[in-house]
Amino acid sequence: MTQADARLSVLKTYKLYVGGKFPRSESGRVYEVTDAKGRWLANAPRASRKDARDAVVAARKAVAGWSGATAYNRGQVLYRVAEMLQGRREQYVAEVADAEGLSKARSAAQVDAAIDRWVWYAGWTDKVAQVVGGGNPVAGPYFNLSAPEPTGVVAVVAPQESALLGLVSVLAPVIATGNAAVVVAAEERPLPALTLAEVLATSDVPGGVVNVLSGRTAEIAPTLAAHQDVNAIDLTGADAELARELEVAAADNLKRVLRPEPPYDWTADPGTGRLTAFLETKTVWHPTGGLGVSGSAY
Amino acid sequence: MTAEHKLFAYAPAPESRSVVDIAPSYGLFVDGEFTDAADGRVFKSVAPATEEVLSEVARAGEADVERAVAAARRAFTSWSGLPGAERGKYLFRIARIIQERSRELAVLETLDNGKPIRETRDADLPLVAAHFFYYAGWADKLGHAGFGADPKPLGVAGQVIPWNFPLLMLAWKIAPALACGNTVVLKPAETTPLSALFFADICRQAGLPRGVVNILPGYGDAGAALVAHPDVDKVAFTGSTAVGKEIARSVAGTGKRLTLELGGKGANIVFDDAPVDQAVEGIVGGIFFNQGQVCCAGSRLLVQESVADEVLDALKRRLATLRLGDPLDKNTDIGAINSAEQLARITELADAGDAEGAQRWTAPCELPGSGYWFAPTLFTGVTQAHRVAREEIFGPVLSVLTFRTPAEAVAKANNTPYGLSAGVWTEKGSRILAVADRLRAGVVWANTFNKFDPTSPFGGYKESGFGREGGRHGLEAYLR
Repeated sequence: MTQADARLSVLKTYKLYVGGKFPRSESGRVYEVTDAKGRWLANAPRASRKDARDAVVAARKAVAGWSGATAYNRGQVLYRVAEMLQGRREQYVAEVADAEGLSKARSAAQVDAAIDRWVWYAGWTDKVAQVVGGGNPVAGPYFNLSAPEPTGVVAVVAPQESALLGLVSVLAPVIATGNAAVVVAAEERPLPALTLAEVLATSDVPGGVVNVLSGRTAEIAPTLAAHQDVNAIDLTGADAELARELEVAAADNLKRVLRPEPPYDWTADPGTGRLTAFLETKTVWHPTGGLGVSGSAY
Repeated sequence: MTAEHKLFAYAPAPESRSVVDIAPSYGLFVDGEFTDAADGRVFKSVAPATEEVLSEVARAGEADVERAVAAARRAFTSWSGLPGAERGKYLFRIARIIQERSRELAVLETLDNGKPIRETRDADLPLVAAHFFYYAGWADKLGHAGFGADPKPLGVAGQVIPWNFPLLMLAWKIAPALACGNTVVLKPAETTPLSALFFADICRQAGLPRGVVNILPGYGDAGAALVAHPDVDKVAFTGSTAVGKEIARSVAGTGKRLTLELGGKGANIVFDDAPVDQAVEGIVGGIFFNQGQVCCAGSRLLVQESVADEVLDALKRRLATLRLGDPLDKNTDIGAINSAEQLARITELADAGDAEGAQRWTAPCELPGSGYWFAPTLFTGVTQAHRVAREEIFGPVLSVLTFRTPAEAVAKANNTPYGLSAGVWTEKGSRILAVADRLRAGVVWANTFNKFDPTSPFGGYKESGFGREGGRHGLEAYLR
């Protein structure tokens, strides 16, 4: 055995990502995360209901700045995420291979697709309004313009199987349009999500725009679904029974609910459905008036 | 110089030239390589502020157009066959490299064009990078753009651009063309070839496949040969209306797709309720930005009679504070005119203003001893029949007309063969929209002027050309 092989590696303590910081769970709990063959990988924080509420507060604080940033700026930031992810590609290939039990080549394909997905959504930030908004030819002397706006704080129950590509595919469209997200990471495969937080923290994504919680989905998600300051919820990672429960809870303040139909194919063309799911449409009217010399006060 | 000016005099604050390394000579950029012109001809690019020769550049001729179009044709199959996401990633790379090199490119552009560094640094270069960034994102979303589910590129685009915003006009041409899967042969203007040649180097750094972008510095003969080449599928031109008409005749009957972004004589309409200080800033920016060498310049000020004196007094006070001089000085507002020819044209038209009876007022400023300069000038007492009200001067000369009613303002604004831009200044929203509805112009700025954004379509009505550049609309010119 060489000396290099004898060296003991330094393990990472995985933490939550809330408000741009990396706290442990306030509950002090962790749970064991294993690879596809059952070998121990890490002890991940097991977020509590209180952690979920803290994450919503952090997300709400971030909404004004992020939704108020120019679409161009948000596009640059999302592209920066792709750049950072590319730089840590090898780390993710290993992590996704562990989490999902994939060969290195198949894992690499997942990571590459995840990087490109950030680029796809980076390009959407300043185009979605041009595709779903526009002037309306109302039958009267009025200027009438419909434009999309982000809905606000979106809770995202990340897909349970696809730990990185699936996660990116549900998270990027939420924040591309200016929402802030609280993500419940895949319960059994949370490590790529917790590591993605490290990329987000170094990609000019303002703190609080993305918050990542690991733990028991059935424990965290109901708190988010019932939370009165959450505007929308994506149920992708909830099983049918949990999804129904969450949808009922979400009805209390009429959250926008995205409940896609499994099975999911994260390699397919993502389309625009996930972008538009978390948008409001605002229509502004203004009189155009005549060319009179004097006239009304508007 | 008044006491007031001395009190607020600025020390020189020149931007360093050392960030840009201009080679003594440049070739054509064809098929991924720099080469001499087939007939060995060259021309000199001159700094208009000093008349210093910056570099000697190969001058493209017909044989070079042949080579470049052939290279673009060869590259088209594989380039258009790439997945949109991959094409997009090349464009994102280009956008990022432009951002990284923006200081160098800003200094280069200021040297070669004569425009103030404040403008190249704060307007041209950020817009150039943003344009590539914007169209990069479209490359894999063309099916969402409203031109059918699976729109296709046209082929080889022949593009001819002017000297007033050399790199920005290049971006407006190349970014959408490439995003849609076309390959390009681009001819920059003969007085400002250098930034396009630096762009060729950026293509190299980005690893862009050879032949996708070809740059042919040269004169009008090269542009004419490019436009007329039978293997060019699409012609895009920005420049004068006279040349635009020649090009339209040249491509007539060939089936080539054509977009033209031509001259303008923009009306800037100031109503009596406009906030005067804000309007004055807009008028100044509208006509003196880039020394007035802007196709969408607000070169006709239409001011309501009741506030004309107040606006003109404020305008002259403001113009007296503009700083004309070294374009590399960060405090400079007004740089050099781009060429001796352009200066002669401005001078001739301004003289015609005198001869036809308009009253000339010139901002008090000293002109440097060498280079091409024209002090900010305005004409009052202008009628609609005067040449300074009808013809595009493309220089820092503002013609002032007055009006009494909104209807008269609209009639005067539209009384031009051009239709590129207009401005409306009023506190009243319904009047903005009513006037905008009636203006025959492709861009109407309300309580602002000369605003540009890659997401916003730009282009003219009437003899200001056809087609739009920028925004979702800008894709249409490069798709079928």
